[in-house]
Amino acid sequence: MKEMYNVSASPHVRSGVTTAGIMRDVVIALAPACIFGIYWFGLSALLVLLASVASSVVFEYLWRLVAKKPKVPYECSAIVTGLLIGMNMPSSIPLWIPVVASAFAIIVVKEMFGGLGQNFMNPALGARCFVMLCFTGRMTAYVVEKAESSHLWYGAASIDGITSPTPLGALKNLEAGASVSSAVSLKDMFFGFTGGVIGETSTIAILIGAAYLLFRKVISLRIPVAYIATFAVFALLFGGRGFDPEYLACELCGGGLMLGAWFMATDYVTSPITKTGQIVFGILLGIMTGIIRIASNSSEGVSYSIIFCNLLVPVIERYTMPRAFGVLRKKKEGGAAK
Amino acid sequence: MKKGTFKGGVHPYEGKEISMNKPTAQLLPKGDLVYPMSQHIGAPAKPIVSVGDHVLMGQTIAEAGGFVSSPIAASVSGTVKAIQPTLTVSGAIVDAIVIENDNQYERAPGVGEKRDYTKLSKQEIRDIIRDAGIVGMGGAGFPTFIKLTPKNEDAIDYIIVNGSECEPYLTSDYRMMLEEGEKLVDGLKIILRLFDNAKGIIAIEDNKPLAIEKISELVAKEERIEVKTVRTKYPEGSERQLIFACTGRKINSSMLPADAGVVVNNVDTVISIHMAVAECTPLIRRIVTVSGDAIMNPQNFSVKTGTRYSEVLEAAGGFKVRPKKLISGGTMMGLSLFDVDIPVTKTSSALLAFENDPADIVPEGPCIRCGRCVEACPENLIPQMLMSAAEKFDDASFEAVSGMECMECGSCTFVCPAGRRLTQALKQTRRSILDNRKKK
Repeated sequence: MKEMYNVSASPHVRSGVTTAGIMRDVVIALAPACIFGIYWFGLSALLVLLASVASSVVFEYLWRLVAKKPKVPYECSAIVTGLLIGMNMPSSIPLWIPVVASAFAIIVVKEMFGGLGQNFMNPALGARCFVMLCFTGRMTAYVVEKAESSHLWYGAASIDGITSPTPLGALKNLEAGASVSSAVSLKDMFFGFTGGVIGETSTIAILIGAAYLLFRKVISLRIPVAYIATFAVFALLFGGRGFDPEYLACELCGGGLMLGAWFMATDYVTSPITKTGQIVFGILLGIMTGIIRIASNSSEGVSYSIIFCNLLVPVIERYTMPRAFGVLRKKKEGGAAK
Repeated sequence: MKKGTFKGGVHPYEGKEISMNKPTAQLLPKGDLVYPMSQHIGAPAKPIVSVGDHVLMGQTIAEAGGFVSSPIAASVSGTVKAIQPTLTVSGAIVDAIVIENDNQYERAPGVGEKRDYTKLSKQEIRDIIRDAGIVGMGGAGFPTFIKLTPKNEDAIDYIIVNGSECEPYLTSDYRMMLEEGEKLVDGLKIILRLFDNAKGIIAIEDNKPLAIEKISELVAKEERIEVKTVRTKYPEGSERQLIFACTGRKINSSMLPADAGVVVNNVDTVISIHMAVAECTPLIRRIVTVSGDAIMNPQNFSVKTGTRYSEVLEAAGGFKVRPKKLISGGTMMGLSLFDVDIPVTKTSSALLAFENDPADIVPEGPCIRCGRCVEACPENLIPQMLMSAAEKFDDASFEAVSGMECMECGSCTFVCPAGRRLTQALKQTRRSILDNRKKK
């Protein structure tokens, strides 16, 4: 027989970027915040992260086994989901809660809706909200006891201990006349020496990771900048403190805003694919977070805002379809309705 | 001057250095020459010779089969051996004239004589271009005389020569600009004679500084011609993107460049126009890049149309290693070949051979909606949505998300991290929609 060569449709080259490569980049970008979390909250935090990552990977494997899913190249997405779940837990959490959260994220939110790429809601945030509703007390146990020893286990935070509520809670309870600095320290919030979940406290660590993702072109500025800018405007207008840069900076550094804006809202699967849609998505997130943080009893709003706006994605995409190159805007046909 | 460009696009490995610095070699065919009757868009040409006839080099052997069609000339002298169905690059089997080369290269009367084009009327120039069988040599093969005969020739204000050569590995246009730049500029001057209000633009990507320098020198004294540097990016040489990069005008799939007052021609086409008008030689040669990591001596060849790819391959020293993939054309839009026993036609720009085939290695995974295809699409489409409509055979949705604007450039498949074959799905759907339209 004559020699034959491969035949396939063009193009015959690929860029070399793979899904697993993207997931690896996200893990690298999350590393600074994780490392800070482990330093600050100790090996107990590391254990939480390990439990959530390992259980996510195991649940995904089991589901694929049971559902007889075809063996595809492993794309490491469960590692990212697991890591984000762990980062959204306080270090004092009993280890079975991250496992329950992982099961919910992987099986209910992700695989039951068709697996990677098909879930309509961010799996890590869906799981966080689920366990938050089920185990509110344990999920908000941010207090770190002052310890004389075992600082390795309880982290640097246990040297002095953290007794106050989270900075955002403190801000919320602040009396109208009192200055922001009387309740919280912006410097501590920026570097992360505050109470909160493992991965959210250090703004600088999150920003380093975000810069890496931007550099690697894994994410664009559209969603995070629209989100943070809108929230900032909202906080200035309705925060009740007028134009107070310190208050604004504390609101931006506090809670899950940075982690949410750079790592959760930018989740590919659950954010709009159209460029205009991404900006609209960011703006809606900013408004939602503002409403929840300022107008509701809760001081936290990022998780709920993101999963709420995840649901709006199909609608946003529908109304933000770009016009194809060279296609003119359709003239409104007035006579069409007759 | 500001470099022209467009939104979107990708940066595949260029691979130009492999063949760009070697001069073009002449290749004289040894075996029979095969001339498929479909080397262009439109009706196939009709043979006007019969088996046993003796033909001369430059003699027309097939006439245009309709208005949108193009005649074909013999590239050697010899005897018509057969008229038979032959496999072509696209995989289609079409009728072809087979000529046995007598190795005399005896010219038909008048072929190769110098002609003063300044004494020709516009109609004469157009007739010469039509009868010389000149078609768009960038790939599409649209008959050039039709492009040069728009409804309103006064409305044409730019003639763009596409020297961007954005396809990876291809260097034939580059070599031509360096080696036959004078003919290129002269060819453009011939076209400008047809359009009184037009300016000529020679667009060259900024990865070809020597060509920019050379052509700029040649046009320094030409008032109506300028060189436009465009950014190196794929698909800069796509007609719609190039028009935008040079003039800022946008056209869509249902418009012709003439609707934006522009005519675009490829470098090799313009040189062929010069050869037809000023040297009385029809389109019988083609510059072919032979390149890729499996080729022994990558180089450009001036090939007589009808020569088999196997002979071109031999001239380049054959294979260094056993290739997995052979491509006619560039790596982004070229067609893969399963066999090398296929004739070089007017639109064959390259023969590439690769040791490895990404299409063979890259597995397909689920879409994660990362939006890289959206960033890459030069047509400002959402390839992910087109793909999901295509997978459901939902033609209505496909058209609703502007699927017919896709020009199949391959950028979306190139960037897809999940290895999804978007371009392939979009191609299939577009073909089936176009076929259904024809049936109605």
